[in-house]
Amino acid sequence: MSVLAQQLVLGLLIGGLYGLAAAGLSLVFGVMKVLDVAHGELIMLGGYMAFFVVALVGLDPFVSLLVVIPLSLLLGLALYWGLFGFVVRADEETRVKNSLLIGFGLALALHALAVLLWTADERSIITPYGGTVLSVGDLSIPVVRLVSLGVAFALIGGLHLLLARWRWGKAIRATAEDWQAALLTGIDVRRAYLLAFAIGTGLAGAAGTLVTVGYSVSPSIGLEWTLKALIVVVLAGLGSMIGTFVGGLLLGVAEAASAAAFGGPYREVVGLVIFVIVLVVRPRGLFGR
Amino acid sequence: MRRLAGSHERKWAAAILLALALLALLPLAAPRDDLLNFVFLILLSITLAQSWNVVAGYAGQVNLGHAAFFGLGALVARTLWIGGTPIAGAMAAGALIATLFALLIGVAAFRLRGAYFAIGTLALGEILRTTVNNVLSEISTLPTTTIGAYRLTHRYYLALALAAVSVLAVAALAGSRLGLGMRAIREDEEAAEATGVGALRLKLTALALSTGLAGLAGGLFAFYHISYYPSHPFSPHWTFDALLMTFIGGVGTLHGPVLGAVLYVVLKEYVALRWVDFHLLIFGALFIAIVLLLPGGLVQAAQRVRRLVAR
Repeated sequence: MSVLAQQLVLGLLIGGLYGLAAAGLSLVFGVMKVLDVAHGELIMLGGYMAFFVVALVGLDPFVSLLVVIPLSLLLGLALYWGLFGFVVRADEETRVKNSLLIGFGLALALHALAVLLWTADERSIITPYGGTVLSVGDLSIPVVRLVSLGVAFALIGGLHLLLARWRWGKAIRATAEDWQAALLTGIDVRRAYLLAFAIGTGLAGAAGTLVTVGYSVSPSIGLEWTLKALIVVVLAGLGSMIGTFVGGLLLGVAEAASAAAFGGPYREVVGLVIFVIVLVVRPRGLFGR
Repeated sequence: MRRLAGSHERKWAAAILLALALLALLPLAAPRDDLLNFVFLILLSITLAQSWNVVAGYAGQVNLGHAAFFGLGALVARTLWIGGTPIAGAMAAGALIATLFALLIGVAAFRLRGAYFAIGTLALGEILRTTVNNVLSEISTLPTTTIGAYRLTHRYYLALALAAVSVLAVAALAGSRLGLGMRAIREDEEAAEATGVGALRLKLTALALSTGLAGLAGGLFAFYHISYYPSHPFSPHWTFDALLMTFIGGVGTLHGPVLGAVLYVVLKEYVALRWVDFHLLIFGALFIAIVLLLPGGLVQAAQRVRRLVAR
């Protein structure tokens, strides 16, 4: 029993990162209607930024978020001006297609660049308190992952407030709802796109940092995280950041539960079954509007 | 509005088949393994791109889980073939299983529209790949007796035949009522339904044809390679390759995927030879540039040039 409980707790802890990774993607997809399949590579870049900030400057990895998030925001601005800004000029059908093409090209290039610059080795951030474990009854909870879950939740909460209260947050939501109506009410839709993409990339950077602290980063983690994030986006549906986060937690717990029930090799099959059931029963997602 | 099937498409079909017929002479004219392997890769790519083109180009459903059906075809064909079934039967069985699985998944997946369909299929394909990777982690190698009897030309001619089959299948589809209905769904699903087109049935038909061809291509892959990891043909890069080749050439046309496959393979091999260390970086950047500069693919670029010249 305690083994199962332990696995579920670990699933919950990684689920928070799934939620954070999915939040950025959900924002970009919901607002711009583009599918950024290079999102996982942006997470990977965030992970390396954190690794080098910690290694070279000597910051605490959680403090390094204060450097990594702004850097990622800038990266997002650059990518929007250089690439995705061209994509959103097209109509919605073409947008999805072109963003897929550019995303695959970008993912390929970023992966190759990371291998060239930093080799294909796995890296992880080692902290003095990295091995500390909190014992609650029979359960042992790694402190770093617990703090990561808290940070992820705080970031999602912050994003939720930002979208609810901030002038441009409301503009972003209005654009997501109906960009033509938003345009008619005088909202600068292009600016909303730019902000959504930059914030999405910032969230990817934050997710990358937490991945590198709690787990590890290598140039090839991108696709895996893109896919986890996409699954969560479909599971949770669009429109609510809190819902996306909860969707991430659910996926983490579901994976852990099925690994415990059916053994490692078949755990993804259970994920498949859950995924298909949600698609059939509720195509707009669990929390989708 | 694209031109509907007519003399234009028939001309292209004839030209492509003629080119394929000429390639049949290649093993006699230049029996060099490196050349045959290179052309084999182009032919396999044409089949794969054309198979993806059926569901994405004609029916307008961007299937990002295409590798799953290529992989299933390879898995079933390889298992049966090594078990003693003749390769033709093994490949047919692989295509059948891929198609049946697609229909099973399709009923659920087609509840999703547009980008959601793309995401859903990507996730389904990836889940299948991970499972195959977990369950069959051992490398699959041919028995020594089979390796001894290995003839590259057999694989080459099979690839040639499959490429021809895929082009003929798409040409037949393009000129039929079925293809017309699929294009109606692509342009506007609601309007198509309103005029009496059974959207789900047609989308499933497109998916069945598409995945059947992909399953055959997977069988060819299994027949060609001496050893590979069973999860390799499930890798999403097969989907991406098919997608990239189709879009580079021109999606929803007969000749676009063929031209795209040729350009893509030639470009990729050239860049890989020329810049060994940087080739993926350069290829990725080059690819983005092509997408930004030629948004409608080679086919549309050629039309534009023709219009400019005609002026």
